[in-house]
Order: sequence, then C-alpha cells, then structure tokens
Amino acid sequence: MAAKLILSMNGGVLREYALDKERITIGRKPHCDIVIDNLAVSGEHAAIVTILNDSFLEDLDSTNGTLVNGAVIKRHFLQSNDVIEIGKYILKYLNDQKIQSTAADFEKTMVFRKSSRIASATPVKADQYEMTGKLMSAEQPQSAPAENTSELRQPAPVTVSPEKAPDSQQKIGVIQILIGPNAGKELELVKSLTTVGKSGLQVVVFTRRPSGYFITHVEGAKYPNLNGKPLDDQPRQLNEHDIIELAGVKMEFYIKS
Amino acid sequence: MDIEQALEIVSQTHPGVVRSHNEDSVVYDESCGLVVLADGMGGHNAGEIASSITVSLITTEIKNSLENMRPEDRGESGEDVGVMLLREKLQKANTTIYNASLSQPQCAGMGTTVVAGLFYDNRLAVAHVGDSRMYRLRGEIFEPITRDHSLLQEQIDRGMLSQKNARLSRNKNLITRAVGVDPAVDAEIQVHAVQVGDIYLLCSDGLNDMVEDDEIGAALQMLRANLQLLARQLIEMANDNGGRDNVSVILIKINGEFAVPRGWLAKMLSWFKR
Repeated sequence: MAAKLILSMNGGVLREYALDKERITIGRKPHCDIVIDNLAVSGEHAAIVTILNDSFLEDLDSTNGTLVNGAVIKRHFLQSNDVIEIGKYILKYLNDQKIQSTAADFEKTMVFRKSSRIASATPVKADQYEMTGKLMSAEQPQSAPAENTSELRQPAPVTVSPEKAPDSQQKIGVIQILIGPNAGKELELVKSLTTVGKSGLQVVVFTRRPSGYFITHVEGAKYPNLNGKPLDDQPRQLNEHDIIELAGVKMEFYIKS
Repeated sequence: MDIEQALEIVSQTHPGVVRSHNEDSVVYDESCGLVVLADGMGGHNAGEIASSITVSLITTEIKNSLENMRPEDRGESGEDVGVMLLREKLQKANTTIYNASLSQPQCAGMGTTVVAGLFYDNRLAVAHVGDSRMYRLRGEIFEPITRDHSLLQEQIDRGMLSQKNARLSRNKNLITRAVGVDPAVDAEIQVHAVQVGDIYLLCSDGLNDMVEDDEIGAALQMLRANLQLLARQLIEMANDNGGRDNVSVILIKINGEFAVPRGWLAKMLSWFKR
C-alpha cells in the first residue's frame, strides 16, 4: 500500500499506520482503528476514506476539530506530506504513488471492475461501504478467477521517460510592423497560438512551440509572403529578422532579448 | 441543404511521442453524417483490434441500415431511429469484441472506449462509453457535451473532488464503462440540437489529458476557418506537452442547415426521390 500515516506528538514518532482499509477511523474510543487516548480527542474524531490511491480525510463533527496544514477542515483531499493535527497529536500523511499528470502518466487506461468498491466519503446509508451499483451490475463468470488476483485489468508497465519540462526560459518572439500607419507597433507572441489578419480575407497563425516559433496560413485565397516568397499549407519555422507580408502589411519577426 | 454539403469533417490520429503503436481508431462518413472515434486497450495489439472493430462495425452497419431507414423517424421504442441504431450497433460491437476476447487468448481483456455522433435533421445523436469525449464550440462557448464514464468523474459528481483537485488525483485512467469487457454495454446516448456555425470535436483522452480545455477551446476559436490545420494543431499541442498517449481528433463544422423537409407534400416528394 502506497499511503501511510505517521502518528507523533511533540516531535516524537509514536506509530505508523498503513492506509490499507477503505475506511479508517481515528478517535478516543477503543473500537477506532487509530486510538488516541486523550481527552482533547473526540470518541470518533475523524475518518480517512481511501479509494485506490487517493485518500480523503473527514472530520466526524469532533468537539475540538481537525486541522490540516494549520487550517480547520471538514473534508479534505489528502496530498502527500499533509500534516493532520488532532489535539496535540500530529498525523503525517505520506503517499509515494506518483501523481500521473506530473510524471508517470504512463498508466494505461483500465476498466474499473466490479470487485473494486467506491465508498462515498459521507455515506448516506448506514452501510459505510456503499457500493455503486452501476459499476458492478453485469456478472462476468468467465473472468472471475482473474478478478480475485487483480481488481484492475492489465497491470500497467511503468517505465517513465522524464517529461520534458515546459521551457519557461524560452524567449518571447515579437512581430513588429515595419511600414504603414501602424509602423513601429509590436505584438508579443506570448500565447501558444496567435492569429493575425482579417477574418475571411487573409489570416495567419503564429504558433509557439518548444522548438521555436512557426507561421502557418489559416484562411484566404492569397497566401502571405515570407521573405518575399508565398507560404504553402505547411507550417514554416521562423528565424530572426524574417519578413512577413500579410494583406499588404509588412512585418518583421524577432526574438526579444 | 444536403447533409454532405452541410457538414465539413476532418480527422487525424497520431501515436504520440511515447507509445510505439496507435490503439485509437477514427472513421467518418459524410454521406450519412456519421463520426466514430474509439480508444482501445489491452495487451499486444488487442487494443487496436478492439477499437478498429468497433469503428468499422458501427460505420458499416449504420450505413447499411440507413439505406432503408431514416434516422429522424420514430422507432418502436419511441426514440429516434438514429438513437436506436447507435445503441443497437454499439451493442453488436460489444458482443463481437467480448466473444473474441473469450475465444482468442491473445485478445483476452481487450476493450475500447467509443464516442460516436450521427447528424440528421438539424440534430446530433451522441453515444459514448468510457472517457473519449465530444466537445462543442458554439459562438464563444466551448464545452464538453459528454461526461466521462470514469472513477474520477464519479468522484467529481459526488462532490468528493473539485474539478481543480481532480488534476491531483492518482486515480486517473480508470474508466467505469467500456465496450467489449462485459456481455452487455451501457451506452449513454443524448440528442442535441445543432446550429449553423457549431464546431464539434471528438477526441481521445490523449488530447484532453495533455492539453487544458481552455487551450483546446482557444485553438478551435482561432483556427475555425481551417479545420485541417486545426486538427494538426491540436495533435501538435498534445505532443508538445509530452504526448504520453495516442491522440486522435475528429472535427465537424456545421456549414448549413440540414433539416428534413416537413409537411406532407415535401415528405411525399422526398419519398419519391429516394
């Protein structure tokens, strides 16, 4: 199990708890999963509901409240290194499972099978482990043995090539109008897409990509010129001091230093 | 206007920058206003098989059925024939894939998501299973018109997770419905009214996992005049952001009305023309 809680008081570690159950209760009463025998702690103080790799902390209307990272919470989606405070006690939440959107989004899509359960953080019924019927409706006897071994089909191979960090250092490209009444005006190409031109007549798009800036014709019967030659339908990478002629307006591309 | 002239459709698919093969499949048929996109899963080539069976079966079967049926008519169940056809053919694809996965060991456990649209009579019937999406740009408003069948979406629906916190979840990529993994499939089908100027986007999660909705919407706004370029741009954006999954898009622009003639005379005339 990836996630765990470390219970400590006054800097001294008391115990470690694995979040290996769907619902773990914290409180003073002996039937709680994590018993903290202190009068500042309510009988049933808080609960943690874990769904696969995500855990949610909920305060069970305790007398003295539950804090996460210094703020009072009723319900909280736990992130690794969150510090939960209950009275004088500290519970640190650790989860070494990678968030997929940052690094290890290599997980393949899988079907969430009927043997997996979803529990609502605040169950409506008395049954704490309310199941969602629609997930588990269809019987599938043929694959029953397989489901006992793994809830999810197809273990995902996780070999990750580090994601290319967005190049925040990338320099900003600028278009400067050279002649005409607007001469001297500049347009910074900050966004990933910038369109220039008159809709229906002639429009180009400047795209900002990790490898640099590109220009592509979008619409209009006449194609704009790049350094005196008309563009085609393909994107063209821009070099510094390239000259673009669009609907009679001459512009220069350069990189802002 | 004839539906073929009213709709402008382009599609593109790309394996992305990380994966070696493409398990997505896209097919469209302008003559009957049908678009289908599927994102397969399963070991070896099973994902590709599942997605390509699904798109080709749905397209061929619906095309055949429409030779002697009209999607705007009311079926026995009281719903549009178009809706009925989508449901029926999706079910058939499900059975085909399910049976293949049972009989062929190398196909065990294969399945696919699907999102399909059928345009008729100024309407659009959208069927989907899993986390492949359909978005719509209408005027300034860009929004998804399908709701993922995923664990994450269910948690959002229950208020356990906010849209913002969803990005922090470690439970991504878990879908709660798929074609071909159970004997029956529960497809969600909705009918939308279509307006001239609308742009519809069908995509696999390789796009919306890599690119924020705002950015996708901005690209649609800016490049709406050139669908071919727009499709290429969307795929480029996904790949520039990491391209960790296959990415596929189908874009449909509504260039005109395609209402079925009303009134008995018009109906009769169109009936004679058939």
